[in-house]
Amino acid sequence: MASLTLFEKIWRRHEVEAAREGRPAVLYVDLHLIHEVTSPQAFAMLDARGIPVARPARTLATIDHSTPTGAPDAAGERSWANPATRAQVEKLLANCQRHGITVHGWDSPHRGIVHVMAPELGHTQPGMTIVCGDSHTSTHGAFGALAFGIGSTEVAHVLATQCLLKRKPRTLAVHVEGCLAPGVTAKDLALHLIGLIGVDGGTGHVIEFRGSAIRALSMEGRMTLCNLSIEMGAPAGLIAPDATTIEWLRGRPAAPVGVDFENAARDWLSLASDPGCHYDREVHVDATTVRPSVTWGTDPGKVVPIDGCIPIEADANAAKALSYMGFTPGAAIAGQPVDVVFIGSCTNARLPDLRDAAAVLRGRKIHPRVRMLVVPGSEAVKRAAEAEGLDRVFRDAGAEWREPGCSMCIGMNGDIARPGELVVSTSNRNFEGRQGPGVRTVLASPATAAASALAGAIAAAASTLAEEAA
Amino acid sequence: MNPIHRIESRSVALPTANIDTDQIIPARFLTTTTREGLGRHAFHDWRWLPDGSPNPDFSLNRPEHAGAAILIAGHNFGCGSSREHAPWALLDAGIRCVISTAIADIFRNNALKNGLLAIVVPAEVHASLLEHAGERLAIDLERERIEREDGSAIPFTIDPFARDCLLAGVDELGWLLARRPQIEAWEERRAWNA
Ligand code: SF4
Repeated sequence: MASLTLFEKIWRRHEVEAAREGRPAVLYVDLHLIHEVTSPQAFAMLDARGIPVARPARTLATIDHSTPTGAPDAAGERSWANPATRAQVEKLLANCQRHGITVHGWDSPHRGIVHVMAPELGHTQPGMTIVCGDSHTSTHGAFGALAFGIGSTEVAHVLATQCLLKRKPRTLAVHVEGCLAPGVTAKDLALHLIGLIGVDGGTGHVIEFRGSAIRALSMEGRMTLCNLSIEMGAPAGLIAPDATTIEWLRGRPAAPVGVDFENAARDWLSLASDPGCHYDREVHVDATTVRPSVTWGTDPGKVVPIDGCIPIEADANAAKALSYMGFTPGAAIAGQPVDVVFIGSCTNARLPDLRDAAAVLRGRKIHPRVRMLVVPGSEAVKRAAEAEGLDRVFRDAGAEWREPGCSMCIGMNGDIARPGELVVSTSNRNFEGRQGPGVRTVLASPATAAASALAGAIAAAASTLAEEAA
Repeated sequence: MNPIHRIESRSVALPTANIDTDQIIPARFLTTTTREGLGRHAFHDWRWLPDGSPNPDFSLNRPEHAGAAILIAGHNFGCGSSREHAPWALLDAGIRCVISTAIADIFRNNALKNGLLAIVVPAEVHASLLEHAGERLAIDLERERIEREDGSAIPFTIDPFARDCLLAGVDELGWLLARRPQIEAWEERRAWNA
C-alpha cells in the first residue's frame, strides 16, 4: 500500500464523494463548533429555506467572543459592552434551544473559549474532522484531527448537511528536531516559525509539525503551536497522535471509555504518517536555535528574539508597521515601555500557561503603570487555577483575575486598551487595532508577558528569575 | 444570488501587503446578527478619522475613485480571521472584485460564496495593474480574463465549481442539499463499518 500522510488518512476517511468534473470533494464533518459571532447569519440561512439542522448532536456551542469577563453584580447583571453583544449571546442560546444543540451557556461549568473547552471535554479526538466559524480552529490539530476555520455560509452548509465542499489542500511538513532550551516555550517556537515561514508561507497547505521537539511538547504546548498555524497562512496544522495524546484524553467526559477507549487509542496511533510518505513541501528547523521571542510589528510574522533589536526598516510594509508601533529602528525590543499585559486567549490561557505566568509573578508586584488582565480559557481552567491558588498569586501581584472568555484577544466584549497604549499579549494577532483603535500589540509567551508586567517594559522572564536568585 | 458574468469598473489600488481581516472590518463591528449594512465599516479605521469624517488620504475616499468596484490589493490580502463579515462589508461598500498576488484561503473561500471575485495574478501583472490604477477594467468571468483599457487581456483562473455557481447565480448550499441521500447513505455505511 502507498505511504500516506496523517492528513491523507484523515481526508480519505471523510470523503463522502471525491472531487470530480471540476467540483470539490464532499467532506464529512465529525464535530462542528459554534459561537455567538459567526453563527446567527448561518441559522438565518437555514430559516430562509425552512430547513432543520441535520445532525444537531454533532454541533456543540459555547459563548465566548462577546461575553463580559467582569464578575456579575449582586443582581446577577453582567457588564455587557453594548446591547448588541448581549443580543448575540441571546440569539445563540435561542438558536441552540430551537435546534436541539448542546450549548455551554452561563449556567454550564464547562463554558469556555471554544478551542479550550472542546479539547478539555474530550470532544476533540484524533482522526476527526472539526470545523468552526473561527480561524483558530487549527488548534484542534494538536490531537491529530483535521481542523480548520470556515465562514458563516459554510457554517450553514454544515448545519444543513454535516458536510462541506472542499478542495484538497497541499501538505507542508515542518520538522523541528532537537531540544528547546529551558525557558523557551511552544509560543516562542510558534512565533519563531511564523517569522521563518512567513504569514503567507502556509497558504493552501495543511502543516504537519513533526520531529523530536514536537513530540516533547505537552498537549497544551501542541495546542498553542497548532493554534498559530493560521498565522503562517495554513488553515490547519497537525501533530500525529502519540502516547501524550492518548494519556491526555483518557478519562475526559466525551472520550470513549474502557475497551472502546483502548480500541480507539490503537486506531489513533495508526494515523501517524507512514515512513516514506510524500509532502508537497518540507522545512527543517533546529529547535536549539529558538529563543524566547516577541513581535515588533503589526503582523505575527514580524518577530525578534527578546534580546534582539527592532529591525532597521527594509521595505514599505515594515516601515508602515514601525510607524504604527512607534518603535525606533535598531532599538532593543526589551525595555520598550508597556501599559497593559494580557494573559489569555485560545493560544495561551490553559492551566500550564497560567502556571508559567504565576511562577514569574509569585511574591512580586507588577509595575505601577501596568494594568494586567488574566483571563482563564474556560471555567474548568479557572477552577483548577483557583484550586492551586494561582488566582491569589495574580491578585497579590496587582493583576485582575477575570471570568473566562476571549476578552482582549479580540476586544469585542469591551476589554480593550486605550489608543496608543502598548499591550504585551499572549494572544495570537497583533494587527492594527486588534485590541482597540490605535492600540499597539506585542505578542509573547505567558512568562515573557508576566516578566514585562513586573518590569513595566518588555522583558525576558529568565532575567527576572536570575535577578531573584542573585 | 444574482448571476455574475461581467464586472466593469475603474480600479482602485490599496497596495499594502498583508491587509488582514481586522483592517477590512474591525472586530468591534462584528456584534451584529445579520449580514446587512456593514459597508460603512469596510476599512473603517483607515477610512474614517477618529471624529467620524472621511480620511482624505485614504485611496478609496478620493473623489476620482468613487464607485470603483475593482480593488487591486497588496500581497496576502484577507489574512487573519474567518469572519465572513469581511466580504460582506466589502460588497456592501461596492467592491465586487479583489485582485492580488496572493489571497488568504478562508477569505477567498468566503468571498466566492458571496459573489465577490477573488483573483490571483502573477507579480508582473499585478505591478502593471497597480501602475495603471484608475483604468477601466472589465472582468469577464465566463472567459476568465481581465480586459484592460489598452485592449489587452489578462487570463486568470477561478475554482471551476465556484465559477459555475456564480455564472448560474446558484448557491452551493442548494447543491449540497441535493446530495443529502448520498450523505446519509455514507453515514450508514460508516456506522456499519465501525
Ligand atoms: S481567544 Fe481570540 S483567537 Fe481564540 S477564539 Fe477567541 S477571539 Fe478567536
